[in-house]
Amino acid sequence: MTYELIVVGGGPAGLAAALAAREKGLTKILIIERDRELGGILNQCIHNGFGLHYFKEELTGPEYAGRFIKMLGGTGIEVMCDTMVLQVTRDKQVHCINPERGYQILEAKSIVLAMGCRERTRGAISIPGTRPAGVLTAGAAQRYVNIEGHMVGKRVVILGSGDIGLIMARRMTLEGAKVLACVEVMPYSGGLQRNIVQCLEDFDIPLYLSHTIIDIRGKNRVEGVTIAKVGPDRKPIKGSEIDFDCDTVLLSVGLIPENELTRNAGIELDPKTNGVAVWENMETSTPGVFASGNVVHVHDLVDYVTGESKLAGVAAAEYVKQGERSRKNAITVKEGKDVGFIVPLYIHREAMDAEIFFRVRRIFDKSVITVKDGDKVLAQLKRAHMAPGEMERVKLSRRLLDAVEGNEITVYAEEVDE
Amino acid sequence: MYDVAIIGCGITGAACAYYLSRYNLKIAILEKHNDVCCETTRANSAIIHAGYDPEPGTLCAKYNARGNELAKEICEKLSVAYKQIGSLVVAFSEEEMKTIGVLLERGKANGVPGVRIVEQAELREMEPFISEEALGALYAPTAAIVNPWEYGLAMAETAVRNSAELFLNTEVQGITNENGAWKIKTNGAEIEAKYVINAAGVWADDITALVAEPDYKINPSAGEYYLLDKSEGTRAKHVIFQCPNENGKGVLVSPTVHGNLIVGPNAIPSDKDDTSTKTASLDFVREKAVKSVPSINFRENIRNFTGVRANSSTGDFAIGFSAENFLDLAGIKSPGLSAAPAIAEAAVEMLGEKGLALEEKADFIDKREHIRFKELDGETQNRLIGEQSAYGRVVCRCETITEGEILNALASPIPPVSLDGIKRRAGTGMGRCQGGFCGPKILDIMANYKKYAYEDILQDDTGSYILTGETKSRRDA
Repeated sequence: MTYELIVVGGGPAGLAAALAAREKGLTKILIIERDRELGGILNQCIHNGFGLHYFKEELTGPEYAGRFIKMLGGTGIEVMCDTMVLQVTRDKQVHCINPERGYQILEAKSIVLAMGCRERTRGAISIPGTRPAGVLTAGAAQRYVNIEGHMVGKRVVILGSGDIGLIMARRMTLEGAKVLACVEVMPYSGGLQRNIVQCLEDFDIPLYLSHTIIDIRGKNRVEGVTIAKVGPDRKPIKGSEIDFDCDTVLLSVGLIPENELTRNAGIELDPKTNGVAVWENMETSTPGVFASGNVVHVHDLVDYVTGESKLAGVAAAEYVKQGERSRKNAITVKEGKDVGFIVPLYIHREAMDAEIFFRVRRIFDKSVITVKDGDKVLAQLKRAHMAPGEMERVKLSRRLLDAVEGNEITVYAEEVDE
Repeated sequence: MYDVAIIGCGITGAACAYYLSRYNLKIAILEKHNDVCCETTRANSAIIHAGYDPEPGTLCAKYNARGNELAKEICEKLSVAYKQIGSLVVAFSEEEMKTIGVLLERGKANGVPGVRIVEQAELREMEPFISEEALGALYAPTAAIVNPWEYGLAMAETAVRNSAELFLNTEVQGITNENGAWKIKTNGAEIEAKYVINAAGVWADDITALVAEPDYKINPSAGEYYLLDKSEGTRAKHVIFQCPNENGKGVLVSPTVHGNLIVGPNAIPSDKDDTSTKTASLDFVREKAVKSVPSINFRENIRNFTGVRANSSTGDFAIGFSAENFLDLAGIKSPGLSAAPAIAEAAVEMLGEKGLALEEKADFIDKREHIRFKELDGETQNRLIGEQSAYGRVVCRCETITEGEILNALASPIPPVSLDGIKRRAGTGMGRCQGGFCGPKILDIMANYKKYAYEDILQDDTGSYILTGETKSRRDA
């Protein structure tokens, strides 16, 4: 049997994509999930704040995932949990393995890649010192605490101020641990402002901006760390050292889209995000293979993952029913100065509209986002504040796309004077 | 009363145990850590050297070339990951071209097969990412890469399967001789043995000092490394060394048997047990490495580590009897990993000359199996899953390691007691996420299998606890 759509990953991205494809008329859909249940990382995100945009109410992670899992009921969408996808090919075969059925090769007319992301580890940033137990990523700690019910430490220093680190600062405190510091190498936080307030400030946890860990001590278990202030070159400044006695270091130093399957399939990646390079309808360089969620770029809010993944599901249905979209005269999207990355990289000339996501590289006060076609300004949007921790979105309507004469548009972020 | 007690179960001790266990002997191996090969053997360049480097006439030269031959056989018999990929010593100046000429002559004198000089064009063909400034290289086809820890484990396991007794968590505290027998006092059992092999690595001089004034001293020297993701694993096809010069030996760039890229080491005097990494050393390693292969992408680094070399003050391996029937195998620095089985072979002979009865066992088991699920074909994989469904559950997603392989590790002759013990045996957590995803799952598998309390499961050595108790909700439940 050939599936009309196989979705790799049963987290929020995969669930939304499968449901959207079903709504658009596909009937033979399979979701493959490596964990024993659907929901992905949302299952360990037991805090609230999910769904404010999409459901207009505040849900916890498991509740948010639960709504989509419930929607699967009666749709006939097949789910295969506890199943690892080992290989995806460009002719849309999916090689997978599980304890019941063994090694299988499944065929599909379309595929949505929704594998999510993983955390950067200690090695990625080469933190010097000893290598004892008690150094773990914030997400791994979150799993131990929220899913397995185990505590991972008593006195904690958190390196990095990404959202998971901030959330875990609060969570560890509520579980009785003492969080001594949150240390961020950049002069600003990488997380959402609301998390800085609700997870650090409300619990009197100091945030050390422009600081980093320069030494980890302890032979078998962490016994302490030294942090130091860093200069503009991010190198430690002598004399600024502060020691902490702690038994745990949690790392929240960035997320990387998990694209080993994508890379092995020879599908284009964007070196800036390590994510899948996509078109505005979430199609990859291989027609019929789509990608959405954190496997494309790391989102700050799951609501946007859902939105983007619905696009992928709709596009997969369109591909199965109507065939390939023309890639002629495509519009390439480029990032201007201080724009870190752009999603999507390409827009079909006939697209009805296109939503562009990006992150800025530094903090902006009163500023303006400009989308240009050569020297011609296509759109301009004002912002009171922009930060690398918060994703920016610009919607280009059909009318604006019609106005594009060249084959390339560029997104700029600039400060404006009063 | 044991016939032989081996102090230390690193690569040297493990090799001795493996060689001795083929005879009808009662063997005790004393290891102070909670697992085998926890020091130098697990933190090194993972290379079986060809043998052109040591000066002819030294013990290093003698045992390296022989050890290289033996390694290939042993790794095959005992299912140790091993690949003979050859090595290159790269020269960047006419002066260095002369140096590799000297190494070539040394290689010939040491009996190293196939060594030759390759010129720039051939070198570039062999190593597409090599620096444009490289003029040529000494090529040694018999150099190999190995999983050093597994190499030691495999020999130790085979010795245990052949009735050698391994005492883990057993630290030697004193040694006396009573009526010609050695009495070894430890933090646990007291061990009596007719012969003692001191294979205590960086601690060997301290062990010798318990029975005699050592005529050598261990001068520990730390070397730091980068281990990069598999995405960088094809950056080198051979072990790429730099030409030794007045500024030292340079650093190497090499693929590993797991498909990663290893870069390092530097060399600085250190404490025997200081395996911390230091920014200055890591910066040095990076700076040197890009001289050979400028395009290495260090953003793909997944781990740094430090190993401590057991350099001897004599400049060579310090092998000999420091007391009657007390044999030191000390100063086993590079090429110690390569030389280990040859040293063990020689040690057995030396003990034999001192009267140890070497009567071969009829039923010596000289093989070991290790299932690496991901390397099997689909048909074999399905057969295994049919026999045991745990093979169908991938626990470590980065390295594609199944629950079946973890259960195999738990049931092995030297069972692991820590997450890292499973990592070293099964390969879990070796990849890019460094155990972030699979750690909690393996903890569960271990707790269930061993009936351990969660809080008792270790990351690595004694004291490396992972969990500090239950959460409030679990406690209240």
